[in-house]
Amino acid sequence: MHIPDGFLNVATAATTYAASTGGISYAVKEVNKNLKEKQVPLMGVLAAFIFAAQMLNFQVIGGTSGHLIGAALAAILLGPWAAVLIMTCVLIAQCLIFQDGGLLALGANIFNMAFIASFSAYFIYKLFTSLFGDNKKGRLIGGVVGAWASVLLASIACAIELAISGTSPWQVVLPAMGGIHALIGIGEAIITGAALSLVMVARADLLQPQKA
Amino acid sequence: MKWKWWYFALILSVLLAVLSPLASSSPDGLERVAEDKGFIEKADSAPFQVIADYVFPGIENEALATILAGIIGTAVIFGVVYGLAWLIRSRRSAQAE
Repeated sequence: MHIPDGFLNVATAATTYAASTGGISYAVKEVNKNLKEKQVPLMGVLAAFIFAAQMLNFQVIGGTSGHLIGAALAAILLGPWAAVLIMTCVLIAQCLIFQDGGLLALGANIFNMAFIASFSAYFIYKLFTSLFGDNKKGRLIGGVVGAWASVLLASIACAIELAISGTSPWQVVLPAMGGIHALIGIGEAIITGAALSLVMVARADLLQPQKA
Repeated sequence: MKWKWWYFALILSVLLAVLSPLASSSPDGLERVAEDKGFIEKADSAPFQVIADYVFPGIENEALATILAGIIGTAVIFGVVYGLAWLIRSRRSAQAE
């Protein structure tokens, strides 16, 4: 759901740029305080994995495809602030090198896929691990539900920006974006669940409780 | 050099990039909505192109051009984020001393 240039009006693009820029500088401070040494390579490989996985569009229905966002996996493994930085780097590279997502829309794309997706997945994951216990089951359910919801909520944020910009009416763009991304989110849930299962088998120590 | 767990994760990411020509070329969720609801023509193309649409320029075989773009992107992202994380962390230790 990388927004190209031309879909957002100046006010929306500027507002989301400002919000994202402020959020990123706070994220740098949080990561500076909390990142452990063993998490430094994890940040690099997660970003590489997310970038590569985002290239692999999977078929949904009716000639539509979707791809992983990856914010949920990053937020669960490293906390939401580190996830924001990872997603921001991926989105900037996609915009500058691969012309995926517009330059003027970059602030909105970071707002949706770095902030909204990371934090929604993280809080849902936390909710489920407190409900079901911080064990394999709770983590997997929380991760899967959080991943699905992160795609849906990011797409809703995207739809709201399109509607505010006057690109498409609210009653049209909200259900259309929400509907198709509720399906694409199933892919996000499956990939996130599989990746989490792998991490829990191979490196369970990476999944220690994170502070927000 | 000791073999570390995250080497596997990095190799897996590069393998994913190699598989990228197999990806669905259908429009994604936002593009689908933009086409169906009639606002796709509002999209402006980028003012400059580097490796536009994940196809490395000047290579005739499109699968190969996509794989190359994917490997370059994966390597660049890994380097940038690893470096950034290291930098952010190292500034703390400098302050603590």
